[in-house]
Amino acid sequence: MTAESNIQFSPDAMALVEKQIAKFPEGKHKSALIPILHIAQADLGGWLSPEVMDYVASILKIEPIEVYEVATFYSQYYTEPVGKYVFEVCHTGPCQLRGADEIISYMEKKLGIKKGETTADGKFTLKGVECLAACGSAPMMQCGLHYHEHLTEESVDQLIAEFKTEDKIRRPFPN
Amino acid sequence: MAGIKILTKDIGTPNLQNIDVYIGKGGYASVYKALQTMSPDGVVEEVKKSGLRGRGGAGFPTGMKWSFIDKNPAKERYLVCNADESEPGTFKDRYLMSENPHVLIEGMITASYALGAHRSYIYVRGELIYVVRILQKAIDEAKAKGFLGKNILGTGYDLELNVTCGAGAYICGEETALIESLEGKRGNPRIKPPFPAISGLWAQPTVVNNVESIAAVPWIVVNGGEEYAKIGIGKSTGTKLISAGGHINKPGVYELELGLSVEEFIYSDEYCGGIWKNRKLKAMVAGGSSVPILPANLITKTAAGEARLMSYESLSDGGFATGTMLGSGGFIIFDETACIVKNTYNFARFYHHESCGQCSPCREGTGWMERVLHAIEDGHGKPSDIDLLVDVAKKIEGNTICPLGDAAAWPVAAAIRHFRAEFEWHINHPAEATKPGAYYKEAVLA
Repeated sequence: MTAESNIQFSPDAMALVEKQIAKFPEGKHKSALIPILHIAQADLGGWLSPEVMDYVASILKIEPIEVYEVATFYSQYYTEPVGKYVFEVCHTGPCQLRGADEIISYMEKKLGIKKGETTADGKFTLKGVECLAACGSAPMMQCGLHYHEHLTEESVDQLIAEFKTEDKIRRPFPN
Repeated sequence: MAGIKILTKDIGTPNLQNIDVYIGKGGYASVYKALQTMSPDGVVEEVKKSGLRGRGGAGFPTGMKWSFIDKNPAKERYLVCNADESEPGTFKDRYLMSENPHVLIEGMITASYALGAHRSYIYVRGELIYVVRILQKAIDEAKAKGFLGKNILGTGYDLELNVTCGAGAYICGEETALIESLEGKRGNPRIKPPFPAISGLWAQPTVVNNVESIAAVPWIVVNGGEEYAKIGIGKSTGTKLISAGGHINKPGVYELELGLSVEEFIYSDEYCGGIWKNRKLKAMVAGGSSVPILPANLITKTAAGEARLMSYESLSDGGFATGTMLGSGGFIIFDETACIVKNTYNFARFYHHESCGQCSPCREGTGWMERVLHAIEDGHGKPSDIDLLVDVAKKIEGNTICPLGDAAAWPVAAAIRHFRAEFEWHINHPAEATKPGAYYKEAVLA
């Protein structure tokens, strides 16, 4: 173990962490790792830095490598810093058939970045993601907890304007 | 033909997510009936009689899957609900869980009782955190009513039900990958045997069932397996949720009685409402991105000229040469302007992205197919690329631990089988094929 870091869950997040652990039998607490990493990402800076992952390992009393290998496997965990709001636009077949490519191009132009990049002010990241199980309301994207469906250029304009003025983190927390 | 509705009949009732409203509609009757009047094996028998087949995609008989569970009393048994819906084209479970969460909770209780499980889990894909919240609220309500916890309805049966989540990985829809993920690990599928029924979650006997399969259990228990088996056609009993998307007028989730004709499903206003923008039909994917795509001439009729039906048997009539699969019921329609090459590249990219990387044929082969398809789509294809793709697909299929390899190989192989001329056009006329808005004009349409 390296020197004590000053990373710590907020009391609210810690209560959620304990709730996840309580869902599993004695000795099977590692099962809570995946929801806890969601909580860590939301509560501790928006991405999973090595320090945050080490902290999660210490809470679950597992080896840091057990956290790293999970954090790098699942697409919802960010192992690099991202913008405050991450627009994850579905670019899989059924969405593409109904205009996902055009929506992504429009958002690239609007935000002045390419897919996969973050705006210079650190506010927005634009990502193309694989199927989010909302093909019936394509094109669509996820931002934090929320699904934004039936996207049009107008609805994208409205969303971006809303996020520019709003100032609250919209990252997912499991209940 | 306006068929019977089972899973969705009450959707539209205000506040159906509230347990009192759900009970007012007859909800939780199966819990009373099963726990108070039936033996666990009696419940398994009813599900066997119903002919219910796994609704996640494989179509394996649910009752038979249950009967395989190891009943060694020294072991703890688990029921796990697979709510990791991720197959492109499929969005029925998300709809059902959001609109009618208690039908799943009720099904979990009744099914857990049948299996002798005292601890069960619902594993929801990580992107659907809002669904996790809906289900958690439903579980809390059920607990407050005494349907969960210790000594349920005074019968002595105990059950703890929890909802947990993944974090973005298609592979976790494969049941052993899901179990790994539920243990807090990477979603690498396990080598089988042993099957989960013998050694699953924490090496204990486990049944993993799709959301829609479990949600069908309450109706079967209340009305009897024989009644359920009367619905549908042949071995395709009951109703099925179909997620309809792509180039149709009315995308959405439809519950239909198995055996409805594909023609009625596509063109009737009760369902898809026809092809959008008054265009013609070019192709159909019937059961999620992994099943073989069919060209216009094989959609509403089989190769033998019979009406094609929405059933396991009719959709697969003709094998892979001229048929496809019902799969997960992810129904995607392509109009005359759709580019099959582009779509095949898109699906190949998806499977490459989602390959867990354990098996070389899948890890390397999916990336290879993606690169070759990208080259063709981008106007840099070579005539030999088409047979190369067929060869790579063949070498992935059947050579991996889990079915993701097959799922990646089938759409590529089927697209070339039925649309080879379109691939050739892309390769031979790259300047024309890569023009914005260009599409192949010689395809067979309906």
